[in-house]
Amino acid sequence: MMSTCAALSRRVVLQNGLAGGLVLAFQWPLRAAPVNEPEQQPDQPDGQFAPNAFIRIDNAGKTTLVIPQAEMGQGVYTAIAMILAEELDADYAQVVIKHAPASDKLYANPLFGIQVTGNSNSIRSFWDKLRGAGASARAMLIAAAASQWQVDAESCNAANGKVTHAASNRTLTFGELADAAAKLPVPDKPKLKDPKDFALIGKSLKRHDTPDKSDGKTIYGIDAMVSDMKFATLAQCPVLGGKVKHVDASVAKQLPGVNQIVVLDDLVAVVGDNMWAAWRGLDALKVTWDEGPNAKINSTDIWNGLRVESTKNGVVAKSEGDIDKGLTQGERFDADYELPLLAHAAMEPMNCTVRLTPGACEIWTGTQVQSRCQQYAAKAAGLPVDKVTVNNHYLGGGFGRRLEPDMVESAVRIAKQVSSPIKVVWTREEDMQHDVYRPAYRDTISASLLNGKIVAWKYKVTGSSIMARWLPPAFQKGIDIDAVDSAVDMPYDIPNKRVEYVRAEPPAVITGFWRGVGPNNNVFAIESFMDELARKANMDPVAFRLGMLEGTPRLKAALKLVAEKSGWGSPLPARVGRGVSAQPSFGSFIATVVEAEVDDVGGVHLRRITCAVDTGIAVNPDTIMAQLQGGLIFGLTAALWGEVTLEKGRVQQSNFNDYRMLRIDEVPPIDVHVIKSAEHPGGIGETGATAGPPALRNAIYAATGVPLRRLPIDRAAIAVKKV
Amino acid sequence: MPSSIKINGASHDIDVDGDTPLLWVLRDVLGMTGTKYGCGIAQCGACTVHIDGNPVRSCVLRVGAVGDRAVTTIEGVAATEAGAKVQKSWLDLEVIQCGYCQSGQIMSAAALLANNPHPDDADINAAMAGNICRCGTYVRIREAIKSAAGNGGRRQS
Repeated sequence: MMSTCAALSRRVVLQNGLAGGLVLAFQWPLRAAPVNEPEQQPDQPDGQFAPNAFIRIDNAGKTTLVIPQAEMGQGVYTAIAMILAEELDADYAQVVIKHAPASDKLYANPLFGIQVTGNSNSIRSFWDKLRGAGASARAMLIAAAASQWQVDAESCNAANGKVTHAASNRTLTFGELADAAAKLPVPDKPKLKDPKDFALIGKSLKRHDTPDKSDGKTIYGIDAMVSDMKFATLAQCPVLGGKVKHVDASVAKQLPGVNQIVVLDDLVAVVGDNMWAAWRGLDALKVTWDEGPNAKINSTDIWNGLRVESTKNGVVAKSEGDIDKGLTQGERFDADYELPLLAHAAMEPMNCTVRLTPGACEIWTGTQVQSRCQQYAAKAAGLPVDKVTVNNHYLGGGFGRRLEPDMVESAVRIAKQVSSPIKVVWTREEDMQHDVYRPAYRDTISASLLNGKIVAWKYKVTGSSIMARWLPPAFQKGIDIDAVDSAVDMPYDIPNKRVEYVRAEPPAVITGFWRGVGPNNNVFAIESFMDELARKANMDPVAFRLGMLEGTPRLKAALKLVAEKSGWGSPLPARVGRGVSAQPSFGSFIATVVEAEVDDVGGVHLRRITCAVDTGIAVNPDTIMAQLQGGLIFGLTAALWGEVTLEKGRVQQSNFNDYRMLRIDEVPPIDVHVIKSAEHPGGIGETGATAGPPALRNAIYAATGVPLRRLPIDRAAIAVKKV
Repeated sequence: MPSSIKINGASHDIDVDGDTPLLWVLRDVLGMTGTKYGCGIAQCGACTVHIDGNPVRSCVLRVGAVGDRAVTTIEGVAATEAGAKVQKSWLDLEVIQCGYCQSGQIMSAAALLANNPHPDDADINAAMAGNICRCGTYVRIREAIKSAAGNGGRRQS
């Protein structure tokens, strides 16, 4: 037990600004909040071998690997540790994993230039850097041993945390070599292992993070407990973008366990002895909101705006051949696809713990953007960035929601009004109704078919630019590189191609990255239309695709494999269909078959899912399977149920009762086949979310003949009986 | 209101409003943070604990209603035969991703196996459909329960 029985001092309670001492007497807690949080350790204590930002070896041989990327379930702590330990030749079973502190300088994602975990790029982006870091540390340890033994470094070898000189049968541990190695120069171009000599990479090693997650020991951001901490929860205006007009706290203030009411320009918060007390206090507040201009916005306004914008010409993101001429050849077909706003609904609601002291700010949270949280906290606290310490934690799901620092920024603003450290936890309802939402998209496609092949393909994405807000340098000349991802690099051999982007920002809603990002829109539209075109060409959907994949042989191989493994083409009962999707997204080549049944009232029942993936070198194949299994369910959940709607500026969904998740009884067997490859590793975390929806949509098309063009699935459109 | 509550075999003195859900007593008063808040309305199962061996959603259970019944949480479930089996199976089959829901998943699965040592798919559906996993680990949860029950179960491949 971590709790202590120290009574909370009267001084602290009084400082918290409550009214009557008499009332307080009844609220006296028996114990202060328990504490579980070690302080952030200095990054490079003396006497360590720390040749780079990722590796620390102390004199006892303890090898600490500092992981730059956030662990949100995708297995990155294990995969990165495997890569570092592989090239370092550390004793993998003994390595210790540590969250990286906030630092763009030390831990920037090589692709983005800032510290960020997203876009399924941790492994593909850090691959070379991590291998080099491990290999250079190894070379220094070997050089230190060779020097001590006065032998040629080439005659020494490292394995399992030791350097050995076989000829003289001498061995030194990494710990024994740490001090000497620390004095040597870091080699510029260390020799990397030949992949055929990998001892760790390519094996399904056990995850580092799961034992503590199986017995409740893991500390997520929401679990942080710092000394003298109070608990807070908040409410923002139910109308997106609205402000606080007036607060009547007379009832709330009297409730047991309520310590303080904080009223800011855009939110109200209640501080209490525990989350429940704070929440009851929040419920008891009578808040009058200044709802602002968004109070008139409904979902229909967002859709109407998107549809109007989608009739405009977009900025050309890709052009090959002669699209106008191409569209006059063969037979032309047109279609529009629409995808809705979506919430992230990570299982761990938004939260942040803050301790403000004169001249310093410390925060505890789980984030995909450590340095950005540091910057936002500094700004909110009115402090220099280097006075803010970010303690990152395991994330109870990220999915892109934790690419935003808003929960940190608001927590610091609240903390400025409170004399004790506070943990701010959002209610599920607040989390769902004040998300940054996956944009609604409209995709318009024209294509022409000649002799069973596509000769022209005109594709236009209309939707919000997340990049323009989130990473402005990535929004150039009117093109959001994420919004057209997987559209500009669609895999099929088509001589005349044109991809356009129309930036259309929805009223009221702030949009953000959601697992699968741009590709989860584009792959859906492309792969749905591919099936419609196959039918127009009177061809099997797999054969139709295979005929246009000469230029993308890795995807072609994955498609052939999934067809074989899924039993593609074998007979099925009435109203049961198989649907396929193929995608080159995130540097991985993935083909998926979903088998589903549509019942008479339009209910959709998943029967079987098969997936084949070529992700290049598979660092940990079991993790890749797990990510695809889970990602497919994430995407299929959205396809079957996901839609956020607005009425009078308010998000109508609030919790898991009205924002449905797939549950275990709705999930069929999922078989993932990992193709052996020696190519550079690809991304995997988001690929399943992208692969599932079009395969399901195409399965429904096969089962019913109805070409659905919107998500989520419209049951009425595929029912044969009225409910 | 001062009272005491029995958790994982130990008695704890608490002084909170009896209407406070057990979840917040565990987490915020006693610092037992393994039990998670996910929805607050018994929709997701992340807060599942055992009361006298039966799975309940602690986010909607008033602490005042617990009385002298035995509370078991994720921190103590390894002391039960079914709990230890489930935890081992969870690791053997590498079920867990982000892990936030898994305390609740493991508590629901342990209660299932304690009451029904050889559940079939329908039993698993009935016992586990109240637990949401946003990472989508359901396929492995099913296999891990079967493996823990000695009903086969396989590593996904």
